[in-house]
Amino acid sequence: MPNENKSCKYMGPLCEKLEKCEHYQKFAKYRDKVLALSNDSLEKTIAVALSLCFVCAILVSIAAVALRPLQIENKALDMKKNILDVAGLLQDGTDINAAFAEKIEAKLVDVATGEYVEGDVEAYDQRKAAKDPKQNVALTKDQDIASIKVRAKIAKVYLVKEGDTIKSIILPVHGYGLWSTMYGFLAVDADGQTVQSINFYDQGETPGLGAEVVNPNWRALWKGKKVYDESGAVALGLIKGTVDNSKPGSEFQVDGLAGATLTSVGVTNLVKFWMSQEGFAAYLDKVRTKG
Amino acid sequence: MTDTKKVLTDPLVNNNPITLQVLGICSALAVTSQMSTSLIMAIALTAVTACSSAAISAIRNHIPSSIRIIVQMTIIASLVIIVDQILKAFVYDVSKQLSVFVGLIITNCIVMGRAEAYAMKNPPMASFIDGIGNGLGYSLILVIVAFFRELFGSGKLLGIDIFPLVKDGGWYDPNGMMLLPPSAFFIIGFIIWVFRQWKPEQNEAADFKIMDIAHGEGGHH
Repeated sequence: MPNENKSCKYMGPLCEKLEKCEHYQKFAKYRDKVLALSNDSLEKTIAVALSLCFVCAILVSIAAVALRPLQIENKALDMKKNILDVAGLLQDGTDINAAFAEKIEAKLVDVATGEYVEGDVEAYDQRKAAKDPKQNVALTKDQDIASIKVRAKIAKVYLVKEGDTIKSIILPVHGYGLWSTMYGFLAVDADGQTVQSINFYDQGETPGLGAEVVNPNWRALWKGKKVYDESGAVALGLIKGTVDNSKPGSEFQVDGLAGATLTSVGVTNLVKFWMSQEGFAAYLDKVRTKG
Repeated sequence: MTDTKKVLTDPLVNNNPITLQVLGICSALAVTSQMSTSLIMAIALTAVTACSSAAISAIRNHIPSSIRIIVQMTIIASLVIIVDQILKAFVYDVSKQLSVFVGLIITNCIVMGRAEAYAMKNPPMASFIDGIGNGLGYSLILVIVAFFRELFGSGKLLGIDIFPLVKDGGWYDPNGMMLLPPSAFFIIGFIIWVFRQWKPEQNEAADFKIMDIAHGEGGHH
């Protein structure tokens, strides 16, 4: 084969070795035989299909494996960016890694007791833990208003501190919307009552309707809203239409998303779930009393 | 040389994949609300079309006709996955915005269309250039559409303010419709009209002629 000779010129000794190898000779013989076959013969069809899949699989695997470290780094950076964003610390040109290291403190919290727990904060992945039967709690039908079936025992929360006082508590929340589980962060004041911001970083709702949960104008409506009413129940939620700020109770209401009733219900439910006793209520109590 | 040049430049205007062949419209609607996403999409599609055409052309004499389409799809899909991985590694933000549309390059009719129509019958180098040419033809329309949509929809170009918006204290009240996919239909329609005014030979012959009743045969005048 002319091609072979050409490549041999560059590969030199390696090629000579290869040509002496018994298996290679068998392979070359079979290859030449297949190439000479009619294109429509069954044997050639199968041989072409298999070798094509083999070559493509190798190329795709090389790309996936070689680029993986970069992709993981990007993902981590994106997560930090979202956390800074929900804390209101993100401006154009912020050095994300530096700002995150300086201002944000990650903590592990036992959701049931609300106590901080020791552990490797950096490496802990709450989404992975939620899927691990040893690290999660199954929710009963009555508890599971956010349709998430299980939750991790340990949650990773983020604190923004100024000196020793907490400026904001950033809670990871998630729940089912219309098409997808929406993952986000809810930032509240140290009183565990006043909302600072909400931010969904991973969702697959309908673009233009449900996916408006990422719209900065809508997200701005959450600022200053209250979570718990006088009885201590979670009152915060979305309503249909626009909130009339002059009416009593409007501090617990956020505009619903136009044309996305089920996504709006999903957002309300996930806030209700994660702020309730099943979620972060115990932890917020502890923060309120101990600081 | 003139042949190569023709293969490269023909798809820009004379045989543009979007305006004349009317292929690849779906992604042209979806990713053109901003210049930056459409530029990345254009580069990704051009790379995939060129490489897949070259690869398919290189093995064209050994592709069994019974699994022809699947062979083409496998090659195209592998290239698209590789492009997607590269985007995720190097331009994460843009790849998040493009989301499913990078994956949907697989189903973009331009890629398959060029593989079937050109690469199956021509040598690899020519197919590669044909792929680049068609990719550029697609890119040209994409960039024009994105230019108008971003400029009038959000008063910006490549994220830089051009028209100061009313809500930021400027004078420009953005046209919200420009940010919605249907506006791309109007702009593409307008581009097709401009092209056909400029090059009348692109007008298709009418499928049928409307009968002229008033001046038809057998009238009494």
